[in-house]
Amino acid sequence: MNDSIIAVIWTLTCAFLVIFMQAGFAMMETGFTRAKNAGHTMAMNMMVFVLGVLGYWICGYALQRGGEGFFLSGAASDASIIMIFLSQVVYLNIALTIPTGAMAERWTFKSFVVYVFFIAMFVYPLYASWVWGGGWLSQLGGNFGIGHGVLDYAGSSVVHMVGGVTGLAGAIVLGPRMGKYRANGTPTAIPGHHIPMAVVGCMVLFFGWFGFNAGPALADGGLRLGVIVVNTMLAGVAAAVAAMCYVWFMYGKPDLSLITNGLLGGLVAISASCAFVSPVGAIVTGLVAGVLCCTSVFFVERKLKVDDPVGAVSVHGVCGAWGMISLGLFADGTYGDGLNNIAGMVKGLFYGGGLQFVAQVIGVIVNFVFVLAVMYLFFKVLDRIVPLRVSEEVEFEGLDQNEVSVTAYPDFSITKTRR
Amino acid sequence: MKKIEAIIKPIKLDMVKDALNAIGIRGMTVSDVHGFGRQKGHVEIYHGAELDIAFLPKIKIEIAVSDIMADKVISTIREKAKTGNIGDGKIFVAKLDEAIRIRTSERGETAI
Repeated sequence: MNDSIIAVIWTLTCAFLVIFMQAGFAMMETGFTRAKNAGHTMAMNMMVFVLGVLGYWICGYALQRGGEGFFLSGAASDASIIMIFLSQVVYLNIALTIPTGAMAERWTFKSFVVYVFFIAMFVYPLYASWVWGGGWLSQLGGNFGIGHGVLDYAGSSVVHMVGGVTGLAGAIVLGPRMGKYRANGTPTAIPGHHIPMAVVGCMVLFFGWFGFNAGPALADGGLRLGVIVVNTMLAGVAAAVAAMCYVWFMYGKPDLSLITNGLLGGLVAISASCAFVSPVGAIVTGLVAGVLCCTSVFFVERKLKVDDPVGAVSVHGVCGAWGMISLGLFADGTYGDGLNNIAGMVKGLFYGGGLQFVAQVIGVIVNFVFVLAVMYLFFKVLDRIVPLRVSEEVEFEGLDQNEVSVTAYPDFSITKTRR
Repeated sequence: MKKIEAIIKPIKLDMVKDALNAIGIRGMTVSDVHGFGRQKGHVEIYHGAELDIAFLPKIKIEIAVSDIMADKVISTIREKAKTGNIGDGKIFVAKLDEAIRIRTSERGETAI
C-alpha cells in the first residue's frame, strides 16, 4: 500500500471512532437527565447527527471550504477527495450535539430541528473556515505577524467552544427547568436518572477521543501520532484526578458526576494543543481543566443562574477556551513548522513565543463573541416563530410522550414527587 | 382487636419480621413509604448543588392483632427497630372494628 492509501484508511478509521462518540454523548446526556425525558434526550442525540449531516451536505461543507462543493457536487465529489467530507462532518456533529445537553429537558423538538439546520449550514462552517479553511483567523500570522495565526489542532474551539457557547446562548434563552431555583434564587440539584449509563457514555467518549485527536495526524506525515495520543490520555486522566481531588476537598466526597465532567474537560482542552505540547504540558493542561470545569459548573449555576443539566457549557465552552490558551502557553517548539504558511516551530508563552499566545486569545474571544451573539439572536428570533420551550404541563409530565411519542421506561412508574 | 402501624428504618425490617414471627404473628403487610419527621429530611450535594432530601425512605408495617397480643407486638417492634438515633420511626395503634377472611368469610379474631 502506498502512503496516501494509508492516510485515507487512518483518517476514515478515526472518523468512524468519532461517529461512535455520538453514542457516548447520548448515554452521558440521557444518564444525567431525568427518566421522564430520557426518550426525548435520546431523540435529540440521534437526530442531531442525521439532520446535521444533511445540512452540512447542502451548504455547510461548501461554506467551510470557501464556496465550492454545494451538495458535494463538482470538484468536491472527486473520488480522491470526497472522503474529506466524512472526516469533517463527524467533527461538525460533535459540535452540534453539545447544546442538546445544556438545553435538555425543556426544548421543543420543532425548534430543535430548525436549530440543527441553522448551525450545521451556517454558524459552524463559518468559524471552521476562519480557523481550518484558510480564513482570516488562520492568516493572522501571515497578515499581521501574530505567531502562526490561530491554531486549533483537533477542535477545542472549532468544535467544542462552538458547541459550548451555543449551549450557553440556548440555555439563557430557554431559562432554567421548573424547580431548578428556589424562590430565593439558590439552585437545587435535579439528579440524573441513570448514572452508570452516563459513566459508560464518558468512557465511550474517552475511547472515541483518540480518533478525534489523532484523525488529522497523517496529513503531515504522521510523526506526531504518538505524541498526540499519549498527550490525549495524559490530559484526560489528569483532569479526572484534579476534579476528584477538588470536589473531595470542597465537599468531603468525590462527586462522580463532576469527575466525569472533569475528565471530558481535560480531553476538550488537549484537543487544540495535543500535537504541540510535551507530556508535562499535557498533564498541566489536564489538571487546570479539571479544576476549571468544576468551578465553572458552580459559577454557571450559582452566579449566572443558567441551568445546564449536564455541565456542557463548562466542559466544552470553558475547557475549550482553556485548551486554546494552553496551546499558547505550553507549545514547546518541537512541532508546527510551516503551519498556516509560517516558517518555524510553534512556541508558547513559556517557551518564548508570546505572539502565539496572543493569537490563541484572539481566537477564543472571536469565537465567544461571534457564536454567542449569533446564536443568542437566532434563538430569540426563533422563539418568536417556533417556541423554544415546552408548556409547563409537558415539562412536568415529561417530554417523552408529548414531544417524541415514546416513553423510555413504560414498565416503571416514574415518580412525580421530588425527594 | 388492634391495628398496629409501624414506620421503621428499612434496614430493620428483617429483624422486626423475624422477631414477630417468633412470637406467633402470622401475617403482615409491608410497604415502601417516604416521609419526614421532626428533622425534616436532610441535604446532600449532587453536581455541586444542594439536593434536598425532603422525604426519607421508610418501611411501613401493618399488622392486625388480638387485644392480648398488642402489647407484646408493640414491645417487640420497639425493641428490634430501635437504634437510638434520629429517624427510628413511630408506632401507631388504633382500634380495629372488624376483620374478615375473604376465602371463608370468618369474622373477628379468627380471621386475623
